[in-house]
Amino acid sequence: MNPQPNSHPSNSEEPSSTMSVALAWLFVGVPLMWGVSQTFIKALTLFK
Amino acid sequence: MAENSASLLDRSRTVAGPGYNRWLIPPAALAIHLAIGQAYAFSVFKKPMGALISGNVDAPAPTDWTAGQLAVIFSIAIVLLGLSAAVFGKWLERVGPRKAMMASALCFGGGFLIAALGISMHNIWVVYFGYGFVGGIGLGIGYISPVSTLIKWFPDRPGVATGMAIMGFGGGAMIGSPLAVALMAQFKGVAPLGVAPTFIVMGLIYLAFMMFGVFTIRVPADGWKPAGYVPSTQTNALITSSNVDADNAIKTPQFWLLWVVLLCNVTAGIGVLETASPLIQETFSDKNMGDGRGVTAAAAAGFVGLLSLFNLLGRFFWSSASDKMGRKPTYMIYFGLGIALYALVPSLAASASLTMFVIVCCVILSMYGGGFATIPAYLRDLFGTMQVGAIHGRLLTAWSTAGILGPLLVNYLHDSQKAKGLTGAAAYQTVFYTMAGLLVVGFIANLMVTAVNERYAFKGTVTSASAGH
Repeated sequence: MNPQPNSHPSNSEEPSSTMSVALAWLFVGVPLMWGVSQTFIKALTLFK
Repeated sequence: MAENSASLLDRSRTVAGPGYNRWLIPPAALAIHLAIGQAYAFSVFKKPMGALISGNVDAPAPTDWTAGQLAVIFSIAIVLLGLSAAVFGKWLERVGPRKAMMASALCFGGGFLIAALGISMHNIWVVYFGYGFVGGIGLGIGYISPVSTLIKWFPDRPGVATGMAIMGFGGGAMIGSPLAVALMAQFKGVAPLGVAPTFIVMGLIYLAFMMFGVFTIRVPADGWKPAGYVPSTQTNALITSSNVDADNAIKTPQFWLLWVVLLCNVTAGIGVLETASPLIQETFSDKNMGDGRGVTAAAAAGFVGLLSLFNLLGRFFWSSASDKMGRKPTYMIYFGLGIALYALVPSLAASASLTMFVIVCCVILSMYGGGFATIPAYLRDLFGTMQVGAIHGRLLTAWSTAGILGPLLVNYLHDSQKAKGLTGAAAYQTVFYTMAGLLVVGFIANLMVTAVNERYAFKGTVTSASAGH
């Protein structure tokens, strides 16, 4: 669902592109996935 | 220049323009929560910080800091988290999320740098002030800063939105712990055990990482709604169409009932987190399971890691599910199912049922995380969106209380059982039954939650300006 502002804010900026959304998610997703994978590897020792 | 940089942080400069994609807001929130979630990985520093003089973690010098002295650092941080969230909540609503996130980043990153100085000087008071006091303020402001904004951007699914952010707090520890270990190994030759340089680098990394959140966050324009969004016409007495300000919210019984709900849920979760590693090792030892089949210390650490994963997943899963099920029924599950599961743990331990024991503990931890993540949406249902961040901030004093009292209670109960000569799983029985009892209190408190009386409702027109009145 795309948001549709129904009032005009004071600042003007370009509409955000799909690429910028993807990059933003990558920026936070990569370290999160790294941390999760490290924890997962550690957790595997329980099942060895 | 100074004026320009100041105004860049103002709420008015953060109002989203047409076409701004609201899916940029969760990453902005995650950048803050992934950073400040490091606090829950602080224990990774305990051993090296307790051996800075001797340089050998297995043989601390008499002048090295003790475990007790080091435990105070985290306690100060967690108390300051609650206090600063409560004190700065209304300020946050007034100035907007960007300025609050900037303050959080400066405090949290700066706290690391001050603590690094304290470590270099081997002055524990400087560390208390840096990581505990200044960093703790960064934690509190950072924790609440994106919540209200997320709820305003996602009126159609507030549980999903806040679940994503608060999941980040759980993930922060998963990043912070291996990052600290890697950095300390890297800087081992530079300073005693590499601790001080690690604090400097982590402070700078987190400061930079949080800046992404600071400059990505936007607030929606007044009256903005997602395309096609129509507020539900189904009547739910607990979801208000009014708004209650933070000062009035704390005068309502609903606020204090939720305070008890959060306190009980967090304290009970701490009961598992505090005992998980020793309980699984003592109960499922070689002696009980047979030679070579017992749970080793490494496997126990793996168990704690598994619990962290479920804590993280529970934050997103349960909070998202609460959008469909409703907040009150979701907490009924946390407490109702929780009571049964907590009461079951001692029996599972006694019967040496390792698989079931692990599954039950994982479900418990998922609901512990879920309790954190669902509470902002519950507050929004009861008090509206106007000052939900400030109200959430005040509610977090329950977390601080649980963070201090929980471990004390758990350790006291366990020690008293050991003093009576009980060992292994038997020594933990009282802990789990007491936690189940706490969940009964939480269940009743949640059951008593009703709609907020209209006399508390804000009478003016709700705009971004009234959010910080």
